[in-house]
Amino acid sequence: MAVELETTPVLEARALGKTLGGNRVLDAVSLALPKGCVKVLIGPSGAGKSTLLQCLNFLIPPDSGTISLEGREVNAKSKRELCALRQQVGMIFQDFNLFDHLSALENVRVALMKVKGMSKLDAGELALAELARVGLADKAALYPANLSGGQKQRVAIARALAMDPKVMLLDEPTSALDPELIGEVLAVIRDLAQNGMTMIMATHQISFSASLADEFLFMEKGRVIEAGSPAELLRRDSGSRTKAFCAKISELTGEADDMGGECKV
Amino acid sequence: MDFTLAYNAAHEALPYMLGGVVWTVGLIVGAMLLGLAFGVPLAVLHVYGPWPVRRAVSTYVWLFRGIPILVQMYIFYFGLLAWLSGLPLFAGLGLDSPFVAAVLVLGLTSSAYQSQIFRGAIQSLHAGQLKAARALGMTDAQAIRSIILPQALRLSIPGWSNEYSILLKDSALAFTIGVVEIMARMRAIASTTHEPVSMTFLAGIIFFVLTWVGVKALNILESRVRIAGYTRQGAA
Repeated sequence: MAVELETTPVLEARALGKTLGGNRVLDAVSLALPKGCVKVLIGPSGAGKSTLLQCLNFLIPPDSGTISLEGREVNAKSKRELCALRQQVGMIFQDFNLFDHLSALENVRVALMKVKGMSKLDAGELALAELARVGLADKAALYPANLSGGQKQRVAIARALAMDPKVMLLDEPTSALDPELIGEVLAVIRDLAQNGMTMIMATHQISFSASLADEFLFMEKGRVIEAGSPAELLRRDSGSRTKAFCAKISELTGEADDMGGECKV
Repeated sequence: MDFTLAYNAAHEALPYMLGGVVWTVGLIVGAMLLGLAFGVPLAVLHVYGPWPVRRAVSTYVWLFRGIPILVQMYIFYFGLLAWLSGLPLFAGLGLDSPFVAAVLVLGLTSSAYQSQIFRGAIQSLHAGQLKAARALGMTDAQAIRSIILPQALRLSIPGWSNEYSILLKDSALAFTIGVVEIMARMRAIASTTHEPVSMTFLAGIIFFVLTWVGVKALNILESRVRIAGYTRQGAA
């Protein structure tokens, strides 16, 4: 925490508010992501996790509040500043959102060429290296329709990493995957975290994220109602809303034994 | 009716009738390209434009879909273009030719229909792809050009071959303002040979063959540009 105070956060949101269809989806949410830290958003569906993540790079423009990247506030009215922000903020989606008409390699390459203005050759080399990093060098020529869900998500991660982002936003990266494919994606995410990538991730993978996260943020009704280290919040006698929620998830997914162990931390 | 006579008349008329094919093909190639050149931006504006632009596009589409082609041909040929070519600015540009009027009318009408084909294709794409493109830092123009349109245009080919076959037959209306395409020649030759039935039949066959060739060509194009593993619903 001491480190957090000394350095400027990579990404900081202040008092983000968003109303959609009369619902207060985000209610004055603030958060800061210091360099190298991993924060995990948990909470029930409709809590505003996904909206929060998409507000952080203005895919959904917030109604109020500010976003700062490395201490510089982003001017939401300037399209150039938005594009510049998004280049430095990688995003991973629940349903991958690969470009269906492009091969895995081209998926990673296209933004390098169009946005960063790299030559086809340089972009291709970098793209291949990024695919190799997620273990997919041999699938570079395949199209999304011929990749498994786990492979698609890894291509999506390579695509985001190729832009050399300062921070990654992950919106339930494994929620659309078959159980046996989740592991390969989590391994890539763990690898990222261990290499010091600054990240914020919404997920229901409680045990996994507890082993990774510096901080859990529990969201409900558009607010962060609890924040703390996973160990703190998941302690059996913590009486936290987080603990109750996680117990319910583990009950449903049959991870009860696992979670029991996890929660004793 | 003597079939031998009819056959001989048709046989003799064939070269003259085929001379009309050049005009018909000129009409539809011009109209399809004009329709494509206008239809794509219209579709993009119809989907992504701010509301006054969307409203304007929609009015354009209503106008050209709502007014019969024959009426438009008269308005353009006898009215608008005749008036324009009288102005010093446009004098000598050949705007008063029936062919130009016909290409304009068919092309603008087709752009209205084509814009709706493209709009449907754009809207059938999963919205997440645009989101992902934006998240990578692409501008909307870049995302539309390199992510949305390459997919939407592929998906539009079946609708486009439908549009081609409709446009081909609409082009027959150009004879009313004096383009000497297939229909015009059919009528001329039918009145001199007194073989209206066989001449009509011959014209029908020529139109059918042109439809077949064009649709086949577009089918081939469709399979050429198909993305691996990205087949039509139900196709093997």
